[in-house]
Amino acid sequence: MSMSGTILYLDGVSVAFDGFRAINDLSLVLDRGEMRAIIGPNGAGKTTMMDIVTGKTRPDSGEVFFDGQIDLTRHDEAEIAMMGIGRKFQKPTVFENHTVEDNLLLSLKGQRSIFPALFYRSSAADRRRIDDILGVIRLGARRNEPAAGLSHGQKQWLEIGMLLAQDPKLLLVDEPVAGMTDAETFETARLLKDIAETHSVIVVEHDMHFVRELGVKVTCLHEGSVLSEGTLDFVSSDERVVEVYLGR
Amino acid sequence: MIARRLFSSDRRIAVTIATLLAAAVIVPVLNLAVPAESAFHVPSYVVALAGKYLCYALLALALDLVWGYCGILSLGHGAFFALGGYAMGMYLMRQIGARGVYGNPDLPDFMVFLNWKELPWYWLGFDHFWFAALMVMAVPGLLAFVFGWFAFRSRVTGVYLSIITQAMTYALLLAFFRNDMGFGGNNGLTDFKDILGFSVQASETRSALFAASAVALALGVLVTWLVVGSKYGKLLMAVRDAESRTRFLGWRAENVKLFAFTLSAMMAGIAGAFYVPQVGIINPGEFDPANSIEVVIWTAVGGRGTIVGPIVGAIAVNAAKSWFTGALPELWLFALGGLFIASTLFLPRGIVGLWDRWQQMRATRAVPAEGKAAARTEPQPAE
Repeated sequence: MSMSGTILYLDGVSVAFDGFRAINDLSLVLDRGEMRAIIGPNGAGKTTMMDIVTGKTRPDSGEVFFDGQIDLTRHDEAEIAMMGIGRKFQKPTVFENHTVEDNLLLSLKGQRSIFPALFYRSSAADRRRIDDILGVIRLGARRNEPAAGLSHGQKQWLEIGMLLAQDPKLLLVDEPVAGMTDAETFETARLLKDIAETHSVIVVEHDMHFVRELGVKVTCLHEGSVLSEGTLDFVSSDERVVEVYLGR
Repeated sequence: MIARRLFSSDRRIAVTIATLLAAAVIVPVLNLAVPAESAFHVPSYVVALAGKYLCYALLALALDLVWGYCGILSLGHGAFFALGGYAMGMYLMRQIGARGVYGNPDLPDFMVFLNWKELPWYWLGFDHFWFAALMVMAVPGLLAFVFGWFAFRSRVTGVYLSIITQAMTYALLLAFFRNDMGFGGNNGLTDFKDILGFSVQASETRSALFAASAVALALGVLVTWLVVGSKYGKLLMAVRDAESRTRFLGWRAENVKLFAFTLSAMMAGIAGAFYVPQVGIINPGEFDPANSIEVVIWTAVGGRGTIVGPIVGAIAVNAAKSWFTGALPELWLFALGGLFIASTLFLPRGIVGLWDRWQQMRATRAVPAEGKAAARTEPQPAE
């Protein structure tokens, strides 16, 4: 298997917490520009996998490579974020006391040192970028309100907006439509498909309608390793998948 | 340009700075130029007391920068204050010259008493005011930098960090108690005579020190306001509310904290330096962990996460302390403890928060259609 064309390459990754194997010999390859949906029951290791990729958790064994050559196990969260991996958490995590606009400002791609931040002056380019993103996530009217006042769905969108501001090469999106109405879910699918035109994306989601809407290759995890992989129809007709997940 | 921003965007800060600058002029005038029998005369002891309060206010403001804005509950800020105080005290000791009890022109009294033959190397340079002034900021700043470097890098947070800051000030307390440390041991540094050639006892000097403390606090307010209002300030609060989120956005949360912690320690050191010539003594008791905890109480009572709050809190609590310890000395500690519990339970944003709520209520009553002002949420603990 050649690594050079891949944006993310996991091979034989395992990690255990107090003897519990959260990830067990997991191998997963994402091509550049690909969007992948990951499904699996609770405890299948989806979030732990994201923790490993983003540097929050170190694997006990196995290889994790980004962009063909960067060994992610040697870097911490901030370094990995700067290399171009963005993450949206399962529980929307935005800066509640800050305005919608400031949330985006702190996420904008660029310098991450203290002194430039201390003497930062807002530039026309930054303002334009923030305006663009506010348009995409439809929060333009609420730009000056604290993020704490947003609805659950709007916080999800704001966090996706923060990802856009970061402009990473690879986006890890954990349960983006949890708590959304059907209309919002549909909109989110459309938004993610737009993003996938120019980025590589991994989406973890339980909502099968949403996964179908995305129309991409699906990987089903179970007990920390890949159970089945292919089109949604293929995966959902796989007997083992039905047994552990869909059938319940 | 800063002045214009100040007056257009944040009237409360502008009023605070203007009040402090006005006090720096008016209080000395009322002390020195108004005759003692006039009702407007401010007695010298009040000038010294008020000057002390202003130093405490600067210390509380320094603590608030890390606690209120970044969620780092330092229970050791008294250490930085005391170190700044010692640096100033060393300069004042050197100014005594041959006027000490032993009349030794080269050594402070306590060193003569200990039979020391020459000045330790770390006392060199303290004959010069500029050197002492530099050390007032450099020593606390360096300690905070080294301490913060290790603590924040190892991701020590919350109550664990509070405990090690407390341990830090306690360790310094024990160290400064030792005679062979060369800082006067138990007795500390005292019997000061001159500062910059003026007698520390003279009312003119006391008034000047009060004015200088007021100006220093005004500058502290300005610097804190500029830092907190910058993009870095937003980042500081983001680290307080959701530290791991900032990391996944590529920010180094440990560096964000380190800068604020070091700046705050330097401010505390400056506060200590203004404090020492006004009270006339610095001893290891200033490192007492209980002192650092009191600073936390002032800040909480005034309103943390605001700039005016810690100043109001420090002055109000210390004024109450001055009254209580005169009138009902045995009840003061109960009153202080009660105040802390009451403000934690009923006034999460302190006196300033109460004021804001009252203003809001008045505004909504006057213009019912206006609706409620944007509600502020309490900082969420980082995951």
